[in-house]
Amino acid sequence: MSTLVFLEHHGNELLKPSLGVLSKAASLGDEDVAGVVIGSDVRALADEAGKFGAARVHVADDPRLEAPLAQPRVDVLAQLVRDNGYDTVLFANSVLAADVAAGLAARLDAGLNWDLTDVVRDDGRLVGKRPALQDSIYVDVGWTSEPRLALFRQGSFDPTATGGSAEVEDVNVQLEEFSTSARMVEQAHEESEGPSIEDAEVVVAGGRGLGGPENFTLVEQLAKALGGAVGATRAVVDAGWYPYSTQVGQTGKTVAPKLYIACGISGAIQHKVGMQASGVIVAINKDPNAPIFEFSDLGVVGDVHEVVPKLTELVNQRKGS
Amino acid sequence: MKIAVCVKHVPEGVKRIDASSKRLDRSGEGALNAFDANAVEEALRLKEAAGGGEVVLVSLGPAKAQDALRKALAMGADRAVLISDDAVAGSDLVATSYALAKALERENADLVLFGQQAGDSDGAVLWAAVADRLRRPMVSQAAELTHGDGKLTVKRQTEFGYDVIETPLPAVVAVSDAINEPRYPSLKGIMGAKSKPQETLSLADLAVEADRVGTDGSRTEVYALNAPPSRGESRKIDDDGNAAQQIVDFLAEKRLV
Ligand SMILES: Cc1cc2nc3c(=O)[nH]c(=O)nc-3n(C[C@H](O)[C@H](O)[C@H](O)COP(=O)(O)OP(=O)(O)OC[C@H]3O[C@@H](n4cnc5c(N)ncnc54)[C@H](O)[C@@H]3O)c2cc1C
Ligand SMILES: Nc1ncnc2c1ncn2[C@@H]1O[C@H](COP(=O)(O)O)[C@@H](O)[C@H]1O
Repeated sequence: MSTLVFLEHHGNELLKPSLGVLSKAASLGDEDVAGVVIGSDVRALADEAGKFGAARVHVADDPRLEAPLAQPRVDVLAQLVRDNGYDTVLFANSVLAADVAAGLAARLDAGLNWDLTDVVRDDGRLVGKRPALQDSIYVDVGWTSEPRLALFRQGSFDPTATGGSAEVEDVNVQLEEFSTSARMVEQAHEESEGPSIEDAEVVVAGGRGLGGPENFTLVEQLAKALGGAVGATRAVVDAGWYPYSTQVGQTGKTVAPKLYIACGISGAIQHKVGMQASGVIVAINKDPNAPIFEFSDLGVVGDVHEVVPKLTELVNQRKGS
Repeated sequence: MKIAVCVKHVPEGVKRIDASSKRLDRSGEGALNAFDANAVEEALRLKEAAGGGEVVLVSLGPAKAQDALRKALAMGADRAVLISDDAVAGSDLVATSYALAKALERENADLVLFGQQAGDSDGAVLWAAVADRLRRPMVSQAAELTHGDGKLTVKRQTEFGYDVIETPLPAVVAVSDAINEPRYPSLKGIMGAKSKPQETLSLADLAVEADRVGTDGSRTEVYALNAPPSRGESRKIDDDGNAAQQIVDFLAEKRLV
């Protein structure tokens, strides 16, 4: 098996979910695990990838690749697969990676399995693990083509630094005309304040059950008492109660803190995929049938306005004593 | 402006996977994929703003998918094209994108719109495959769309903030469900939909080779269906005024406070 991993970056950093996929690929025991970094001024990122198990890193460095648009990246990957015969191409899911993977599937007539949480080798055959129908069923999936393409849920694998170094190879970039006709005219980055929710060991998240934006202070105070960061659901972000940079879930951040406390959150699948890898999940919801209880370690059927302030007080008391 | 909207008929209610075929059970009632109503709405708004044009629905699915298409016609779309053929069942991304691209080539629209995702496959990927086959520029996750001077300007949300992307036409755009509030079909719309053209195409009509669709044309397969892994021991308590203390005890036990 020869595997290529799409390494996504933002600013000057390779994204953790891609590095996690790279570590996973390396752990499957292939001699030939390569990564590819695509962008402008990205050569320095290639060395970093060597530490996470890539034997080889292809670098497509070109000003036309600066904006994170999918189609020119499909051109680069298709060329790499054709020239090097990779039989497997792996991606960590993101807005960008999903579009790249699907474009590549069409270009190469190659099977794509998405939303995978794991991949194993079974009798020499690669088998993907894919939760389906709101995670009510886990499906074993495979490929009948080469290359095999897979998109993994963010947070499926932790990056493990093994300290190796990679051989870096430049790609001679050739782009299709249609791939380069869309143009990024503006990119606005929202940076969050305080501890980033992706790195925090504790995340206290609030949902529509808080009843209004003013009640986010309950969540903030509990987060402060526990030394954690504040998260939010898309419902409250859409309602303008809390900034988008704190949104956890499919279209927001993926977090995996040691402790996740969900306050007034129903636990929709799109929220769940962003926090299910948390170590311990505590949920407070007044509806005993809320889906969040199906994946909480401790579920409390109760009113957030009652439970959360008391909890904050008790945590502060413990710290004080 | 001519706009093609790709819409899907999805099973209604609780979905299940058939244990023997390992495919989604599509035998029951179905409906228009809710996310696709946003794409239809956006197409209608663009047509209205342009002061004319045509909105064509393009779908691949079982014959009864025509009922779902009628709902989108009632919203205001002009006509519908359904690719329906026994040989298509079981098509994955590679096969579906191939057949849809064939139908879309025939329509040759200025703009092809997609919804956010199909409620059954949760893929949110089809547009990228179709755009590659059509060799057209593509923008996904559109939360705002404006048309002028032969080009589209798209605002979209990503993990990091907002992008603004400009693309010339013809193009492929997938809209997010945050883009608009789909209109409800009016009584007049519902009555009028019954007389709008609804074409059903076979593979032969589109010159699609049978081995490019269905199981033969697909490049993925399902080996087995398993129960979800359990999260281990989980506790649930009712708040009798003492829940906060119980949470703290639980956290202390896990060494989290
Ligand atoms: C394509 C797509 C992408 C999405 N991406 C995301 C995403 O990235 N992140 C995300 O979070 N969502 C996402 N969503 C939305 C998701 O489906 C849910 O709508 C959202 O997560 C619900 O947020 P919520 O739990 O705050 O609100 P609700 O679903 O309204 O739940 C509120 C909960 O609070 C409880 N409650 C009410 N009052 C109280 C009280 N006083 N005390 C205790 N509990 C109370 C209720 O019982 C209810 O369970 C996405 C949806 C789509 C379609
Ligand atoms: N069989 C189909 N026929 C027409 N359009 C489809 C079909 N399947 C999916 N789509 C379109 O593609 C979008 C994304 O679907 P998916 O990638 O399957 O989640 C949907 O919102 C629809 O707009």
